[in-house]
Amino acid sequence: MTDRAMVDGVSPPRFSVPLELRAVAITLALGVLGYTLFPDDLAFLTRLISITLLVLSLDLVTGYCGVATLGHAAIYGVSAYVVGNACLAGHSDPLLLLLVGAVAGAVMGLVSGVLVTRFKGLPQLVLSIAVGQLVAALANKLSSLTGGSDGLSGISPGRVFGVYAFDMYGRTGYVFSVAVLMVVFVVLLRIVHSPFGLLCQAIKDDSLRARMIGARVYPRLVLMYGVSGVVGGIGGALNAINTGVVGLDSIGFERSAEALVMLVLGGAGSLWGALIGSIVFQVFEHYVSAANPFHWMTMVGALLIAVVLFAPKGLVSLGGLLAGRTASVMRRRP
Amino acid sequence: MSRPLLELRNVSMSFGGMRVNDDISFSIGKGERVALIGPNGAGKTTLVNVISGDLTPSQGAVHLAGVDVTALPISDRVDAGLIRTFQITRLFKSLTVAQNVALAVMQRKGLTRSMFSCPMDRPDVRREWERALGTLGIAHLADRQVSQLAYGQQRLLDLAIGLALEPKVLLLDEPAAGVPSEESSKIIEAIDRLPSDIAVLMIEHDMDLVFKFARRVLVLANGKLIFQGDPAEVTHHQEVRRAYLGSYADARHAS
Repeated sequence: MTDRAMVDGVSPPRFSVPLELRAVAITLALGVLGYTLFPDDLAFLTRLISITLLVLSLDLVTGYCGVATLGHAAIYGVSAYVVGNACLAGHSDPLLLLLVGAVAGAVMGLVSGVLVTRFKGLPQLVLSIAVGQLVAALANKLSSLTGGSDGLSGISPGRVFGVYAFDMYGRTGYVFSVAVLMVVFVVLLRIVHSPFGLLCQAIKDDSLRARMIGARVYPRLVLMYGVSGVVGGIGGALNAINTGVVGLDSIGFERSAEALVMLVLGGAGSLWGALIGSIVFQVFEHYVSAANPFHWMTMVGALLIAVVLFAPKGLVSLGGLLAGRTASVMRRRP
Repeated sequence: MSRPLLELRNVSMSFGGMRVNDDISFSIGKGERVALIGPNGAGKTTLVNVISGDLTPSQGAVHLAGVDVTALPISDRVDAGLIRTFQITRLFKSLTVAQNVALAVMQRKGLTRSMFSCPMDRPDVRREWERALGTLGIAHLADRQVSQLAYGQQRLLDLAIGLALEPKVLLLDEPAAGVPSEESSKIIEAIDRLPSDIAVLMIEHDMDLVFKFARRVLVLANGKLIFQGDPAEVTHHQEVRRAYLGSYADARHAS
């Protein structure tokens, strides 16, 4: 078999138990690695995880369903605000808050999905921006609920399982976030390899053909938007729980656009791509913005151009290529 | 006579001022093998699009097993057993060959709502997609990405998806066009072996295939149905010869 066939053969793993275990092992390893590399900057890592969930959420609709959206932060932000308010109202159990975030995200996802997936192409993109801007404008206006431009502050979640308090070093928050990411990632792997997940990819590839095998396209897309909402909502909830504040930045256009950039960087249509993209982008941004506070955006731009030129399918495709090469080298050895 | 499986009643389809299908009526019964022929631009593919539900006719009605399906969406027609293939293959390129067919099987069995399990390897599902691939001789390609297939193999896969949906009425839009002879013989074999009770309407340019396959021929020219009847008669029909067959008919007469 040729190298190319190898690479392509690796990319669509059919669902199996080892895949799940691999995902658990990799997220755990990344968690430990993060803790080792940035022991004094766990706040950065928890933020990274929260955004990673947003990017995963975006991947479900953009990468797997082919829906163009630049308003996805609406889901993330609304959920963060809802969780913040729930906590301020006295419901401080972190797991309950996650659930609240997931439900808020699901509702927001379903509403966005009903509107956005009715259309295709540019109208769809513009509508997604409109939904995002509308929600952001509401967040700014409804200051009794959101704190307006000052943001919502003083969110102090209770102990995890009633035992582990969120400490000032962010250790509890970090472990909590890694655990949430791990669970979400494993569940999403199952979903994207389920018949429902396959059907969504089929709709992305050719929606007329999908109809011609009997698929109801619109309800499927709305449902996937709902699932995506749950994931984005959990991301927003983590943001509120870990930072204790929710600001307008978590709901705005820039957050949506940045998430899309991370997804494209890593590789849309692959959960691993979303994971890699958001980690690489944010770590790169973290280092470069510290090293050169004035020109870091330029360097991020240069990185993106390089990736789009040399790996248009995202960083994850390089991983596949590497795996293919290694495998063929290994086989050639006596 | 039993009710026809597929019936078109005075179907017309216009785009703007252009009438692409003009007052077309015919019916196809259980087990019939019908070919739809006509020169390029006669409106054959448009007619298939109208029957399959991709287009809504400007006038007239499409009946499926006695039920008016003119207003029904594509997916409902598929559920009722009206299946089509495409002249230019349309496949799910990010899935493997097996997933393409398995998805059709799972959709038919109502399993695509499942979010957490993967019934693709369930024995009853697996047996079906393996059989559909086997029928067309592409079982060995099951784990390939669609993008790795040659064009002829993609045509075979397109038909395999159609078979996996267990059609009652099958619309084949030039199934053998552009396919190398080795694969086209597999396609013809598969069409030959279709369950005898399903109704098949095939658009085809290859007249040898038409004469081999069809018990009845419909001829479309300029959007109108100008002939329907026995394949043996079609070459004698003056209007058809003028409109379409030309030299081919003369050649057959000479021989």
